[in-house]
Amino acid sequence: MEDFFRELAADAPRWNFIWMYDDRQQGKVLAGLWMTIKLSVLCLIFSVLIGLVGAWMQGARSAIVRAIVQGYIQFFRNTPPLVQLLFFYFALGQFTPVVTGEDGWTVEPIISNVGWAVISLSFFAGAFNVEIFRAGIEAVPESTVEASESLGFSRLQTYIYVVLPLAFRVCLPALNNNLVNLVKTTTQAYAIAVPELLYHSVSIWNDYPSAQYPTMLMLFFAYIILVAILVFGMSRWERSMKIPGYGT
Amino acid sequence: MTWTSDQPIISLKEVHKSFGDLEVLKGVSLDVMKGEVICIIGPSGSGKSTLIRCINALNDIQGGSITVEGQEVHDPDLDKLELRKKVGMVFQQYNLFPHKTALENVMMAPLKVLRQNKAEVEARARALLKKVRLEGKEGSYPGELSGGQQQRVAIARSLAMNPDVMLFDEVTAALDPETVKEVLVTIKDLAAEGMTCILVTHEMGFAREVADHIYFTDRGVIVEHGPPATFFSEASDPRTQEFLSQIL
Repeated sequence: MEDFFRELAADAPRWNFIWMYDDRQQGKVLAGLWMTIKLSVLCLIFSVLIGLVGAWMQGARSAIVRAIVQGYIQFFRNTPPLVQLLFFYFALGQFTPVVTGEDGWTVEPIISNVGWAVISLSFFAGAFNVEIFRAGIEAVPESTVEASESLGFSRLQTYIYVVLPLAFRVCLPALNNNLVNLVKTTTQAYAIAVPELLYHSVSIWNDYPSAQYPTMLMLFFAYIILVAILVFGMSRWERSMKIPGYGT
Repeated sequence: MTWTSDQPIISLKEVHKSFGDLEVLKGVSLDVMKGEVICIIGPSGSGKSTLIRCINALNDIQGGSITVEGQEVHDPDLDKLELRKKVGMVFQQYNLFPHKTALENVMMAPLKVLRQNKAEVEARARALLKKVRLEGKEGSYPGELSGGQQQRVAIARSLAMNPDVMLFDEVTAALDPETVKEVLVTIKDLAAEGMTCILVTHEMGFAREVADHIYFTDRGVIVEHGPPATFFSEASDPRTQEFLSQIL
């Protein structure tokens, strides 16, 4: 296998699949892939949590709370995620505390670039999730909520046990789309030097221009697989939540 | 003031309720003693449903007072949970939780609201489903049950909270004629056991049979009331006579 790609690189100089036979380059690809997966999973979890809490806060009595959520959504939905990333890392990063290393002179910010990428991308996708969950919540009949209240459930209990389980089923397709987008948007963390898959790929083809086409191919392939796994998982989940006799 | 059972369990005094400019209840007063069965009849839009929704604080009121076991319902400091433990409600559209089985629907409130022991709750829920003649349907989802069956699950669900009073809001209005009877039989059983019941209904034959007292409402006021024996034969108000002549 390795010999095949070595020969291919010799015969066709533009098709140097270097990470198929060079351990160092292969290590970069795997490290990048792993970082992309970690970034995606963390952002998925946090953005869904932000969506749930935000949708809950949108139903709050206080007009101030609702205005804060609305402001958050407008800001994160209407500005480019790349600009948000740069802003979080370069602007807000300035004001976060630093810790001094054991050697006494190196300083590390308390939130690394990876940390900022997770925060920024989670808030970005979270803004869409709030709106997605809100649409699902609005699809739950008011009468079902009243029935729950008349049984003595508090607003929070009604939200957790009745509204969310029903809303989830309605908004899964939209949530699915947004999470697919989120996985792809993690590539933008490249801009703040988060060593994810795109970052390592670019560094590979900067060092070995002959590996550019193969590495680009690999990138497409990798994201197709990653998204396919996510979509597969989501549709399994959707099927498992299907209620006999309910909806379509 | 502590409530004793020789006082009305529910007492409405000069209740006024408006939706915006529309005054729906224009000074309604009525008393219900423990163990009594009250039927409220009247044309659509006369405020019947609003009236019983005010009793368990699903609607607020603009004037007058409503007490349940001596406790003012529209006191801002009211513990709504305490109220709703005392007052069970069944709706026209059943309003079951579609994502839970019949058994889970009945168990949910005692488990989550009262935090009772699961084994005990389950035993009680099974007994209640048996009581409403739904043995064998424990594992069915609401979408798999007929309207009459769903409504009986809803009755069992309310009873699981051991209420002192049951409110029935046109519970047979959405049912097929052949399933109306099975629900009415269930309510009749309850009344026979001494449950205090307030029903909004269009089933005159049923009202005549089970009610201790019948109230006729029109345009937000109680026009007249009396025990069924005299109410149907000796109605004196022209509005009552007109209404009865249309439906009897």
